[in-house]
Amino acid sequence: MSVAKTLSVRNLSIEFGGVHAVEDISFDVAPGETFAIIGPNGAGKSTIFNLISRLYTPTAGTMHYGEQDLLRLPAHKIVHAGIGRTFQNIELFEHATVLQNLMVGRHSHMRANPFLNFAFLPGVRKSEIEHRRKVEDIIDFLEIAQYREQKISDLSYGARKNVELARALCTEPTLLLLDEPASGLNNEETDDVSFWLDDIKHDLGITIVMVEHDMNLVGQVADRVMAINNGRLLAIGTPDEVRNDVEVQRAYLGVAA
Amino acid sequence: MQFLFKTAYTDDIRFLARTGEKIRVALVVILLLAAPFMLQDYYLAELGLLLVYAIAGIGLMTLTGHTGLVSFGHAAFLGIGAYTHSILLSKGVPFTISLLITVSFSAAVGMLIGRSASKMFGFYMAIATLAFGILIETVFGEWSSLTGGHQGLAVPDLIVFGLPLAKAWQQYYLDLVLTLLVIWGASNLFRTPTGRSFLAVRDSELSARCLGVNVEWAKIQAFGVSAAITGLAGALLAHHLSYLVPEVFGVLESLKLMLMIVVGGMGSILGAVFGAIFVSILPVALSFLKDVLPASIGQTAGLEPLLFGLIIVIVIVFEPLGIYGRWMKLRFFFESFPYYRKSSYVRQKSYLKTDRMR
Ligand SMILES: Nc1ncnc2c1ncn2[C@@H]1O[C@H](COP(=O)(O)OP(=O)(O)OP(=O)(O)O)[C@@H](O)[C@H]1O
Ligand SMILES: [Mg+2]
Repeated sequence: MSVAKTLSVRNLSIEFGGVHAVEDISFDVAPGETFAIIGPNGAGKSTIFNLISRLYTPTAGTMHYGEQDLLRLPAHKIVHAGIGRTFQNIELFEHATVLQNLMVGRHSHMRANPFLNFAFLPGVRKSEIEHRRKVEDIIDFLEIAQYREQKISDLSYGARKNVELARALCTEPTLLLLDEPASGLNNEETDDVSFWLDDIKHDLGITIVMVEHDMNLVGQVADRVMAINNGRLLAIGTPDEVRNDVEVQRAYLGVAA
Repeated sequence: MQFLFKTAYTDDIRFLARTGEKIRVALVVILLLAAPFMLQDYYLAELGLLLVYAIAGIGLMTLTGHTGLVSFGHAAFLGIGAYTHSILLSKGVPFTISLLITVSFSAAVGMLIGRSASKMFGFYMAIATLAFGILIETVFGEWSSLTGGHQGLAVPDLIVFGLPLAKAWQQYYLDLVLTLLVIWGASNLFRTPTGRSFLAVRDSELSARCLGVNVEWAKIQAFGVSAAITGLAGALLAHHLSYLVPEVFGVLESLKLMLMIVVGGMGSILGAVFGAIFVSILPVALSFLKDVLPASIGQTAGLEPLLFGLIIVIVIVFEPLGIYGRWMKLRFFFESFPYYRKSSYVRQKSYLKTDRMR
């Protein structure tokens, strides 16, 4: 497995028809760090993720992952750089099974040749079995074995969240972007998430950048926190520093209270 | 219900895991192999034609059911297959080589269409493919030096490896072998990365992209595979028709293919086969209907397309769960026209949240 690198974002900005969704934001995420992005609704948190994923192209600024200039990559190459992600609204393949979803997670490590696939040559079979084994490790890790054969459309919300996290892990990322991993989950499920995030960080050595509203969870798992509002940076520091920042309290905690 | 104990990863790769399934499939294959001993030539030819339509259905299913891309002009590929094959045969090219060239040529045209279509969404793609279908039909009509125009083109006799297959049962076995090959290959495709990338594009382009699927390329590939399979069906169809005229490959035929996969059930290879059975029985039901209905309605021209359209609408509206009813992404295309690209980025799956309340 390749090693985690530093994510460095400089002066990142994007506009949507005059709306400055993200404006002049800079931050670094060190290898192995858990970094949280917080901010009120519409602050631009998901937009930052979509920019790093190259789903959006910034109007200004740069993004590097290690030596790799992310702006030089199309969206479908980002995963090859070692960056995996989940979505705020869960973007699973609804009409496919959990296994199929996870196997698409292996796509970037597999060879997709229509001719070989059509004929299902021995090499293809071997590769399927090999990648199926990797998928099985992730299934064990996140304890989703009971859903293996089920269609996503038959799963509960909590199970879907787990499967989406599993699918992102199947890409063998060194940097994981998690958009609200605990939103919509009950306390027990949130505890599970906190536990897994810990394992992902310590056992798998994966750098985590997460957007999260649950300040308890952020306090538990995050090494550093960045607060933004209206696309602008408010504060960056340890969870306590950010919690106690006057600007942040006014913009974010004030809204939440 | 049978509970499956899986003891090896290979168990997942197997097509027919359950004993019941194995028995059913074996039974159907045996019946199909034995058909020539049980059926008269006329019915055998009809059965062969049904198989050809099943192949065409699988072709369109790959595109629409599995990749979520519409084509309302798919009969064009049927026509390209039929004409290319017939023209090559009449120029003295041997059957197998002609078939290979026909399939490759259809795939190439499909990929070309896919290249433009991969940048379009929903409604626009429907119109573009419809226009393509009409264009190709016109080409068949106008390029008479090559296609015989509206006069028609005689399809050369069926000779495989120098062996004339003039008997109905011989042609039937050729259709059967190729049908089984296509079903096998298409099933393989969907248990391997290529097919899975198609399913991914159908269900969420966004996450497909983030998992490393080149979405545009996947769409082009899907058009290529679909056109290749449909072109093969066209080549086999030519031998059933023995005389090609452009009108056979018009809008009505495209509608018929669409009807097949909609009724059969979106997103499954078996659905395409069911659909082929359905459209093969339909003309019989239709001729029966014509006798029953008062002459003023029954004899009206255009009853067939009207009925096709009506059945498609009814199936789409009521989305029967029984026959592989999976119309989701396609419906999403039309519902969200023309905002598909935009709305796929914003919160729309609010049902996920309400799911918590239940
Ligand atoms: N594709 C887009 N087109 C137009 N505007 C957009 C687009 N994507 C985001 N925006 C706008 O950018 C702003 C930031 O949105 P974003 O989704 O990043 O917020 P967020 O911080 O993730 O909020 P939430 O907590 O609700 O998820 C919003 O005003 C939003 O309307
Ligand atoms: Mg968001």
